[in-house]
Amino acid sequence: MEDVAIRIVDLQKSFGEQRVLDGINLEVEAGKITVIIGKSGGGKSVLLKNVIGLIKPDSGEIWIDGVETTSLSERDMNNIRMKFGMLFQEAALFDSMDLFDNVAFPLREHTKMSENEITSTVEERLKQVGLTGFSEKMPSELSGGMRKRVGLARALVLDPEIILFDEPTSALDPIISLTILDLIKQTQTYFKKTYLVISHDILGMFRIADKVAMLYNGKIIEYGTPHDIKRSTNEATKEFLNATKIPGFTGGDL
Amino acid sequence: MYSKKPINYYSPFLQITKALKELGSIGAMFLETVYQTFRKPFKLNYIFKQMEFIGVNSSVIVIITGVFTGMVLALQSYHGFRKFGGEGLVGATVALSMTRELGPVLTALMVTGRAGSAMAAELGTMRVTEQIDALTVMALNPVKYLVVPRVVAAFFMLPVLTIISDFVGIIGGYIVGVKLLGINEGAFITKIIKHLDLDDIYNGLIKAACFGIILSLVSCYKGFYTSGGAEGVGRSTTEAVVVSSVSILISDYVLTSLMF
Repeated sequence: MEDVAIRIVDLQKSFGEQRVLDGINLEVEAGKITVIIGKSGGGKSVLLKNVIGLIKPDSGEIWIDGVETTSLSERDMNNIRMKFGMLFQEAALFDSMDLFDNVAFPLREHTKMSENEITSTVEERLKQVGLTGFSEKMPSELSGGMRKRVGLARALVLDPEIILFDEPTSALDPIISLTILDLIKQTQTYFKKTYLVISHDILGMFRIADKVAMLYNGKIIEYGTPHDIKRSTNEATKEFLNATKIPGFTGGDL
Repeated sequence: MYSKKPINYYSPFLQITKALKELGSIGAMFLETVYQTFRKPFKLNYIFKQMEFIGVNSSVIVIITGVFTGMVLALQSYHGFRKFGGEGLVGATVALSMTRELGPVLTALMVTGRAGSAMAAELGTMRVTEQIDALTVMALNPVKYLVVPRVVAAFFMLPVLTIISDFVGIIGGYIVGVKLLGINEGAFITKIIKHLDLDDIYNGLIKAACFGIILSLVSCYKGFYTSGGAEGVGRSTTEAVVVSSVSILISDYVLTSLMF
């Protein structure tokens, strides 16, 4: 297997006058957790949506498993998408279905598994995210943290090679954030898949990241291990890190 | 995120360009819908679910609308025809108006208000909560899963609802004309049989099927391309009902002039 799961070359995207991505270059290593940090509205989501083909870039290349995907037809792109799972910011569960059907949905649509096999697989996945016994609940009956756990179960259910996370800890309290982050770390340690996370929650991300990329003004200005980033001399990075420190309170120190 | 450049929305040319662009996108969605309808796998359970929602659940409101329209038609035409002793024609008037015109149009407008608005709101909410993106990411075509079942269901259910509306409308006319106003029962029924052709009913049903496609397609389109959170969903729902209703009335004229 290649070491680089996703290679992004000089990716550019503008909306009207505003240049959101201004030449992104990034290599996401296979079997690792890579986190892209950046401020809100800074183009992180746009970058992620380019990778999965929800948005087409203006120029640049995205290579996934040796295939350049930005010029693919929708049908060929769907073959690439089968390698992916994605956890959306608000989990994006189908609210017309209960939890079981939500997690079972990709299995029913993409595999020829029998209902018995589907039941055991889904129960297993719900157990992994700590939601045994909730399978008949509707998404609207759940808290944000629980929805994200179901979203993670759904993203993992087809054993994808690459899993994308859009702000996995946003809108969650610190305790629930930790359980989600631990769950992300645990599943990655267990399955050894490629995880690409975007977030502005810098403290949380340092707990799970193998590699951190810093997105600033539409460019990746820094890329390295969390250790490298902490010692960065770059002004923008330092500003971002300093914002997480609370004066006179050591808990916020990195 | 998006351009802040001010756009003059009141410029008539811009409005026309915008309307034409939208018409083009609806056309593109229609072609995609037709293509996906005949492509395997067929999602029959999704279609049946929508048939229940659009058809079965709309039947009560369609029956009430149909009965009262037939009743008021009988009442109005009775007062007109009585002036020259033509009360016997009330039945035929009600039957022809219902089958050719009011049955399909009123049914389509009621279904737009009930089911079209719900389609736009549901798809709009799915869009702003990224559920439509989630389908795409799962390598599934959202048009196939969301638009096709609704359009196919509306295409089949609108004629069914129209038959019900035609029937109860004539019954309503009969109740008012024969039972309340005392028109001769024989004259009422024979005039209907004499003047009402099967073609009148068929053409009304063809219209209904076309209205079904129009209202479901417009409502799905408005929902599918919603942006701007809860406010956007509200806007899409309103636009879906307004644009569907106006399109139904305009296409009704075009279809009628082609048919009769």
